Amino acid sequence: MPGPTPLPTPDTAPYWEGAAAGELRIQQCTSCTRHYFYPRPFCPNCGSAEVVWRVVSGRATLVSYVINHRPIPASDTPVVIALVQLEEGPQMMSNIVGVEPEPENLPLDLPLQVTFEQRGDHAIPVFAPAEGTR
Amino acid sequence: MSTTSMHGGDIAIVGASETTGIGSLPDVSMLNLHADAARNALADAGLTTKDVDGVATAGPLAMEVSHHLGITPRWLDGTMVGGCSFMLHVRHAAAAIAAGAADVVLVTHGESGRSRVGMGGRGPNPSSPQGQFEAVYGAVTPYSTFTVPALRFLHDRGLDREALAQVVVTQREWAVGNPRASRRTPTTVEAVLEQPPVAWPFSKDMCCVVTDGGGALVLTSAERAADLPAGDRAVYLLGSGESAEAPMVSQMADPGSFRAFRLASAEALATAGIAHADVDHLMAYDAFAHLPLYMLEDIGFVGRGESRDFIAEGHTGKGGRLPMNTNGGGLSYTHTGMYGMFAIQEAVRQLRGEAFAQVPGVRTSFVQGVGMFFAAAGSLVLSNSRP
Repeated sequence: MPGPTPLPTPDTAPYWEGAAAGELRIQQCTSCTRHYFYPRPFCPNCGSAEVVWRVVSGRATLVSYVINHRPIPASDTPVVIALVQLEEGPQMMSNIVGVEPEPENLPLDLPLQVTFEQRGDHAIPVFAPAEGTR
Repeated sequence: MSTTSMHGGDIAIVGASETTGIGSLPDVSMLNLHADAARNALADAGLTTKDVDGVATAGPLAMEVSHHLGITPRWLDGTMVGGCSFMLHVRHAAAAIAAGAADVVLVTHGESGRSRVGMGGRGPNPSSPQGQFEAVYGAVTPYSTFTVPALRFLHDRGLDREALAQVVVTQREWAVGNPRASRRTPTTVEAVLEQPPVAWPFSKDMCCVVTDGGGALVLTSAERAADLPAGDRAVYLLGSGESAEAPMVSQMADPGSFRAFRLASAEALATAGIAHADVDHLMAYDAFAHLPLYMLEDIGFVGRGESRDFIAEGHTGKGGRLPMNTNGGGLSYTHTGMYGMFAIQEAVRQLRGEAFAQVPGVRTSFVQGVGMFFAAAGSLVLSNSRP
């Protein structure tokens, strides 16, 4: 894993606990029904505090990325630093794994599936090309 | 009794200067880069620190700069939105002067970006949203973060990384021969594309230089400017705007367009009461080569998907109808880390007729800044005459 270790806060703990259990958990607003990311105790779209944690599908698409070749702390370069969009709507930063980091392997809109990599005390959500797309 | 406005030319930049040296300055601390630029800018204005009653800066605290220079402030602004902080400082200073909260405001920048002399630590707080949800993936350096949305921008317009190289080549022309520019020899699209990737699709020359330096501005009312020895070199603020979106690149609503560019620039044009066609010089903050492409489209100088051709056809180069980044930009001239001050300095030089690569007859310059990657934006409309 390329970056520093995250330091969870009480409002983000369910996300990291989910990752440790092999689940991608994000929040959904029960007022406007939209999922959102990153975690916070109210909906950034409509302002409602009626929000719940959900285990989501882990399906996503590749929105954009760079293949980093310069040294980053704790990184084996090259690493794919990617913007992905979850099937449920929210975008998140991630890494693309399970594929050689070459542009020809990484067309935009590529279907992805979440997987988890252990780093120190934390499991980190990352994404691999979905089955059947390789 | 007349009313002073923050816009419409009632507020003027009466002093402007960069640091005496620029590039690699291993013997000058960050704070003394501020001081050097400030003293140069005050000398340019024909004023001293005793005339200054307002200080704005980003990086160090405003009171650290004011104390260091021996200024007794009655107005301070420490707005910190990254590299476009100085656009916001100009805007806020204009409002303060118009409201009577300050008479003479000094805006300073200094950064030992290359030599790291007198600089603090770097890196995000690991418990912040950025630390937890971006830095863990290596999205921690500018070249591995600010660059991430670019492929989506290019892909959606049927463009590829050749468009980034076009930006580099066109801007380099402005810096050729300038002894203060870090990259000052001509290059070609092929040469830029063939360089090893830093963060593909970005090669080295598609990323800004990393330098030491600074700059400062002195602002006061146009009324007072007229009484200063350099009053005929005053540059007037016609309009301005600012906005912010997400402090995390991953949370941009649209990776192919930046809302804060759209909003800040629209407010700047509206408050100036001008149209795009009235602008004859553009500074478009270019930490990386994709930014001028976003800005040309998001400000509305060209339509969606037209930015690459606009540049490749020469419209932003010498003799073009919208000369852009005429110092060579962050890609060629200098980039200390928070480049916005240098974009304003070049706009002032062009409007005064004192630039290294002077464009004939510049009257109205638009300065577009960006900060904290795709987080914040600040826009200024500057002119060498009052409307």
